[in-house]
Amino acid sequence: MWGHVMSDEKKPVRKKLKAASEASRFMANYYHELDAASQKGQPKIAWCTSVGPAEILRALGFLVYFPETHAAMLGATRMSTELIPEANALGYSPDICSYLTADIGAFLRGVTPLSRIYKGIEAIPKPDVLVFNTNQCRDVQDWFAWYGKKFDAPVLGIYTHRNVGKITEAHVASIAKQMQELIEPLEKVSGRSFDLDRLKRVVALSRACSELWRNVLETASAKPSPLTFFDGTTLMGPAVVGRGTREAVDVYKILLAELNDRIKDKEGAIEDERFRIYWDGMPVWGRLRAHSDLFSGLKASVLASTYCNSWIFSALDENDPFNSMARAYTELFIVRSDDEKETYIKKMLELFKVDGVIYHDAKTCPNNTNCRYGMPQRLEQQTGLPSLTINADLNDMRMISDEQTQTNVEAFIEQLEENQT
Amino acid sequence: MKSKPCYAGVDVGASRTKVAILDTSKNLIGHAVKKSGTDFTATADACLILALKMAGKKKSDIKNTVSTGYGRKNVSFARDTKTEIGCHAKGCFLYFPFATTIIDIGGQDNKVIKLDRSGKRTGFKMNRKCAAGTGAFLEEMAMRLDVSLEEMNGLASQSKNMIKLGSFCTVFSATEVLENIRQGKNLPDIVKGVYYSMIKRVLEMDALTEKVVMTGGVVAHNAFMVKMTEEMIGRKILVPDYPQLTGAIGAALYAMQNKP
Repeated sequence: MWGHVMSDEKKPVRKKLKAASEASRFMANYYHELDAASQKGQPKIAWCTSVGPAEILRALGFLVYFPETHAAMLGATRMSTELIPEANALGYSPDICSYLTADIGAFLRGVTPLSRIYKGIEAIPKPDVLVFNTNQCRDVQDWFAWYGKKFDAPVLGIYTHRNVGKITEAHVASIAKQMQELIEPLEKVSGRSFDLDRLKRVVALSRACSELWRNVLETASAKPSPLTFFDGTTLMGPAVVGRGTREAVDVYKILLAELNDRIKDKEGAIEDERFRIYWDGMPVWGRLRAHSDLFSGLKASVLASTYCNSWIFSALDENDPFNSMARAYTELFIVRSDDEKETYIKKMLELFKVDGVIYHDAKTCPNNTNCRYGMPQRLEQQTGLPSLTINADLNDMRMISDEQTQTNVEAFIEQLEENQT
Repeated sequence: MKSKPCYAGVDVGASRTKVAILDTSKNLIGHAVKKSGTDFTATADACLILALKMAGKKKSDIKNTVSTGYGRKNVSFARDTKTEIGCHAKGCFLYFPFATTIIDIGGQDNKVIKLDRSGKRTGFKMNRKCAAGTGAFLEEMAMRLDVSLEEMNGLASQSKNMIKLGSFCTVFSATEVLENIRQGKNLPDIVKGVYYSMIKRVLEMDALTEKVVMTGGVVAHNAFMVKMTEEMIGRKILVPDYPQLTGAIGAALYAMQNKP
């Protein structure tokens, strides 16, 4: 080597939150409880979509399992890409949801990340009933139908409204009615009678969890941000699978206190935060660490996201459980019109004081991809904030060029840097 | 007598490695281009030696070096790295100091970069995962047509009745080419169709606002493609003297700007 030497860049790293171990402990207990129930046949187990009617299921005494979370774990453990082709060969296209294809592929291969992570667990819990809400997408319906046949278990569903602008009473009433109609068949499976007071208590806990989760996420509006999107994607576990339980509420109380301490001490989640980034779209589960390192190495804190915000259900009201659940699950970003989505993201960009936006165009997840109909261009014009779209996927790593992602992200941060000076 | 200092920019692209040496007045005094191959470090070293020879300079005259391109982290003598997007922007602004939309067609990727009148980037796009519209596409098609890359520009310019290739995908496009060969279509018409397909892929990446500049190795060796693009967009296109070196020149400008 001669002449100049390349400088040894010091890569700032994301600092670990102590409360992360509380969330991990919660998840371990949650999966062990499900596993024990699956083996004993009691309590009954309901499978539920991530924003399905978990409160109703808990009120009827079911333990609730969320295949989407399992699929995200397949992605995060980088098992998914090898498993997706199994489902492709069955006729599930590589172009549809890679949660579905990875999850069915794992079942066909007889593997699960649960057995890697949690000692003693060998398989996913068997469903007594499967309940979906198409608010995530139509794919969840096909996904649950496949397992319903495999396990000979009933499949029930709520069919959402889509492209919702202003939410009307008619929207709410129609979803509330569908929820009420689930009660009778669910009572048959659970062997228990529906108890409205119990539902109210669950809804109250769900709301408490949601409020704490919102407060957790909003700490990222502080400068420097005490939290990143990459922390959020794993810390959200209890908000997804545990809403309606006291234990999930307790986890977020501890986490919130730690984040508020960080704010008080002006301690950022990454060292030397220079750029604040909003992430729209799904995480790239198999690249969480790589992306976290990429951004923190460039002193860019990806601190807020549409995705993590999607488990905030502020409409939940224990005094009016069915209508408020119907409203909460219809206020959801994913089912709203583009106008509403645009207004929402604009509000978030202001709240979190961001310098730029990353849109993830996820090949197999059109419902969580918001950059295909000109939204980045419209928002750039309205806010003056630059954006970058990266082409990738949530679980299918065959859809990714890491080199291109890296160059795009580096060039984007260079652009922010040059425009700051 | 002590020689005047100079600045080096190294652009290690997926296909070719380029080195540019600038004097303190930003004049291009030396340059070299070599196939990148598999040992980026060795190729960059070899290019630097050639470029220094052309400039009449010694390694010790180089005040600072910046590297860019896919292999930017493999250049042992560079003090810093910048992305090729930043470097192409900077290199172009040296020659065209006004608001521009830059189209760079490289060996493995295409870029559309937008600069405001002060040279600041307002946005950029790279091609998606697919190689259609890049130099790699041209190489694949040349192989299918059994012609050398150097022959393509001359062939395309002879076309009287261009055939159109419709597919996004390089493999599907190759199938379309084979179909046209089977139908006995003229080689120049097929080659022009290949150019047309590449330009279409690039034009759909972003809207061309402002004055349009084209750069990159593909542009350097296929001047007819620039003429075709002008006809397709109905506007004059600006091309720097050394379109393949724009990234390396931009890297040298960064080296000058951020000198230690």
